[in-house]
Amino acid sequence: MRPISSGSQTVGPFFRIGLEHLCAQDAPAWGEGAQIVRVRGRVLDGEGAPVPDALLEVWHADAEGQYGAGEPMQSGRSACFTRASTDDDGGFCFALARPGAIDCGTGEKQAPHVAVLVFARGLLRHLMTRMYFPGEPSNAEDPVLRLVPEDRRGTLIAREDPQRRGELEWNVVLQGNEETVFFAW
Amino acid sequence: MMETENRETSPAGTQPDYHYPAYVSSVLRSPRLPLVVLPQALLHCESPVFGHSLIGALDHDLTAQHAGEPIGERIIVHGRVMEEDGRPVRDALIEVWQANAAGRYRHRSDQSGMPLDANFSGAGRTMTDGEGRYTFRTIKPGPYPWRNHYNAWRPAHIHFSLFGAGILSRLVTQMYFPGDPLQPFDPIFNSIADEKARNRLVSRFDMERSEPDRALAFSFDIVLRGALETHFDTPFGRHTR
Repeated sequence: MRPISSGSQTVGPFFRIGLEHLCAQDAPAWGEGAQIVRVRGRVLDGEGAPVPDALLEVWHADAEGQYGAGEPMQSGRSACFTRASTDDDGGFCFALARPGAIDCGTGEKQAPHVAVLVFARGLLRHLMTRMYFPGEPSNAEDPVLRLVPEDRRGTLIAREDPQRRGELEWNVVLQGNEETVFFAW
Repeated sequence: MMETENRETSPAGTQPDYHYPAYVSSVLRSPRLPLVVLPQALLHCESPVFGHSLIGALDHDLTAQHAGEPIGERIIVHGRVMEEDGRPVRDALIEVWQANAAGRYRHRSDQSGMPLDANFSGAGRTMTDGEGRYTFRTIKPGPYPWRNHYNAWRPAHIHFSLFGAGILSRLVTQMYFPGDPLQPFDPIFNSIADEKARNRLVSRFDMERSEPDRALAFSFDIVLRGALETHFDTPFGRHTR
């Protein structure tokens, strides 16, 4: 009989012990010419309360739209992966080199984006979402955004942070009126 | 509400639902709007590559990370990581974390009042070998009380985090121990409705791998969602040992 994949279980409240070693703490040393994007936001629950024990995993392509094309990851970061855990206020921040458009071999280009996996106490299975970039013309043609009801697409697109020039703001709302779009896979 | 959830690839009851009121923390943290189903072809190419040099020489041995030995039953936890078609997952990064023998995590939010053990941090990591096999050495974690409901206790467990061939393979789960009387009362364990699937999270006592005068062994195999083979050219083929 074909084995089915093992069941998921929550990371619980104490995941930092095991998972925080891959959270990027210091300023990353990316190559020359890399366009660094800083993203700040909060993880909120169904009552708008901060989620202080969530972990985001950010999976993304490099500037050429390739995944894992560089050297294998040796420390708390690579060109294509980072982790950020939330603070007492539900806040997180991460930085990455802005990814390029992606061609998964389907013939359709995907607009630059990062895939985000959300883990937390209370989540028996992780959630999958995406963050797209504001003002990016190719968002209109993106095959994933086009699957999302139009009135909810905005939850997947970061905003320019009015307080900090050049930085992005993007919240993850687990439940409620402003609920972020999550994907089934 | 959650019917959109991937029923075509995960048979009913083999994965927990997000909204599972018996686990109280899930109530306000689970999405209520329908999940958007993504065609796999739009996802398959996403994958970081982890190098073996991420792993320190003692990272797989949670009993050897301090000057002295931790208190508790020494155990060996080993197994195989494979895809749904049975193929081994090579060079898979596995991260584990757990409570000490008294049921206390080395974490500021653990207010259980159980004692810490100066010789136990409770975190480990390793990568699978060419046949998808892994081994950890640790001590058996204790059960511990939590506040989900009156007289709530978590059965003894070790948290496992695994990376496979791509984003679809990502799995975080918990390994339980055979014969633990707390399992029938635990909402997290029972969030997997299918009994067979649930019991696959219970490790098997392994007399053969137990070491005389040293440690008992438990075996725990893990199955990850595979990637679409036609779109993949060995993303995990690179070592830098």
